[in-house]
Amino acid sequence: MATGNASGKGIVLSRLSKAYGQVRAVRSLDLAIAPGETVALLGPNGAGKSTTIDMVLGLSRPDSGSISLFGMSPPAAVAAGVIGGMLQTGSLVEYLSVRELVTMVASLYPRPLEVDRVLRLTGAAEFAGRRTNKLSGGQAQRVRFAIALVANPDLLVLDEPTAAVDVEGRRAFWAAMREVAAEGKTVIFATHYLEEADAYADRIVLLARGRIVADGPATEIKARVSGRTIRATLPGADAARLTALPGVLNASLRGDAVTLSCADSDAALRALLGQFPAARDIEVLGAGIEEAFMALTADENDENHETTPLIQGLIR
Amino acid sequence: MTSTVYVRYEVLRNFRNWRFFFLALAFPLVLYFIVGTANRHARFDGTTFTLYFMVAMATLGTMAGVLGSAAIIAAERSSGWTRQMRITPLGTGAYFGAKVLNAYLRALLTIALMCLAGTALGVRLSATEWLTLIGLLLVGLIPFAVLGILLGHLIGPDSSALAVGGIVTLFALLGGVYGFQIATSGPIFAVIKALPSYWLVQAGKTALGHGAWPAEGWIVIAAWTAVLTVIAVFVYQRAGSQTS
Repeated sequence: MATGNASGKGIVLSRLSKAYGQVRAVRSLDLAIAPGETVALLGPNGAGKSTTIDMVLGLSRPDSGSISLFGMSPPAAVAAGVIGGMLQTGSLVEYLSVRELVTMVASLYPRPLEVDRVLRLTGAAEFAGRRTNKLSGGQAQRVRFAIALVANPDLLVLDEPTAAVDVEGRRAFWAAMREVAAEGKTVIFATHYLEEADAYADRIVLLARGRIVADGPATEIKARVSGRTIRATLPGADAARLTALPGVLNASLRGDAVTLSCADSDAALRALLGQFPAARDIEVLGAGIEEAFMALTADENDENHETTPLIQGLIR
Repeated sequence: MTSTVYVRYEVLRNFRNWRFFFLALAFPLVLYFIVGTANRHARFDGTTFTLYFMVAMATLGTMAGVLGSAAIIAAERSSGWTRQMRITPLGTGAYFGAKVLNAYLRALLTIALMCLAGTALGVRLSATEWLTLIGLLLVGLIPFAVLGILLGHLIGPDSSALAVGGIVTLFALLGGVYGFQIATSGPIFAVIKALPSYWLVQAGKTALGHGAWPAEGWIVIAAWTAVLTVIAVFVYQRAGSQTS
């Protein structure tokens, strides 16, 4: 449902930065999203996903940089009712039925969707008469989604919408999302599931330690992060020569320890053994997404190692 | 954008929380009947005890009821609902406006019940006196309504009951709610007269043909309202610039 508000301009984040004390949660982030795009912000805990989303929703102010949502500032866009958001945390207020709660939220927006339709779409219709404090976790999640959706927003922002939802619930959620996205809405969602980003986003923006480390069509990013990692001991190795090996995306050295992140680990291993017979203690690791992020960012040997993702995750 | 639907559901939510009502209403009402019946023919502070204690118990019940906003706001903050509301077009003014409206609806119900209880124990006032009395109580509650919002931002849901209970007890004790005054002259009395709760209790004096409060009462209520509002705005803005 294209509206006047969404015409022309999309979403532009430029040189966006935010620090919490010593932790630089988001560092000089540049991102442009066209109207109608579905973009996944993919990254491990502490990558800066929630911080970015909070700033987009106007819940926190950037230290520097700017955000433009269809030509408006976040608070103006929120006030105009063109944004719908589903936050990571948040229980529902009590003493209302599901239908009453969704109706109450719908009344705040200038052009909401029909409540019954939203309840049907999110699968909340079957328990619409139940009080909000009598819902299971999965049901509450559906209601939270309904609240975001009923706004009929041009931009839908979802912060880890399927966290703590079972597989079936997840599938139902994304089926509803697809129907909504088909109406031309712009969708930004944060996730740390690669499969989810791959299956439901047009485009994946990979975040690590507050920076964009990769940005592209879902298929391309998937190939980059789902590769394997080769680790070996190789005295006197040369990073440039290692990076040039077939199948290798990136090589990093820590003393004699070599880590190669690979798009094609078979080719890389053959070439490694051929060209560097001294390599020993070789391990080939199926990259979990955390390892893939580490590999993709391992060449940033500057101040990046001042905080580990774990610590950032705790602080955030 | 003020939404009447939003306000309607907020009020509905408020009235469905009957436990809250019961506790806020039952205590002053029961206390009034027990103490009031025993002292039915006594006189106190220049008036009948039944009238004095009716206003005192209305003060106690409405202070607790209005400060109840603190617990509600604290709970909504900690559950993340406040954040969810902040990403809707609902303005902060409308959000707090609905909370104050609910606080006053709770207060009005308490006042109505206390006035009925007073009538049952023989309190007789003219229509003008009733209206002046109720009007003064509603005005005198303004600083407590602001304090409720302020406390809701300063304390967590766990400590809110304790904080509200402590504040109500302290203001009630010093204001003369429990049927005795700690001092009737000297520096301590000067402090007592600077409290809004004292003037709430004193609203009963209107029945003595004294009319509304003397200037001193209006000044105390206005000063407390102004100071608490400034602090509440400051605290709210500080909270808004953080992520919470």
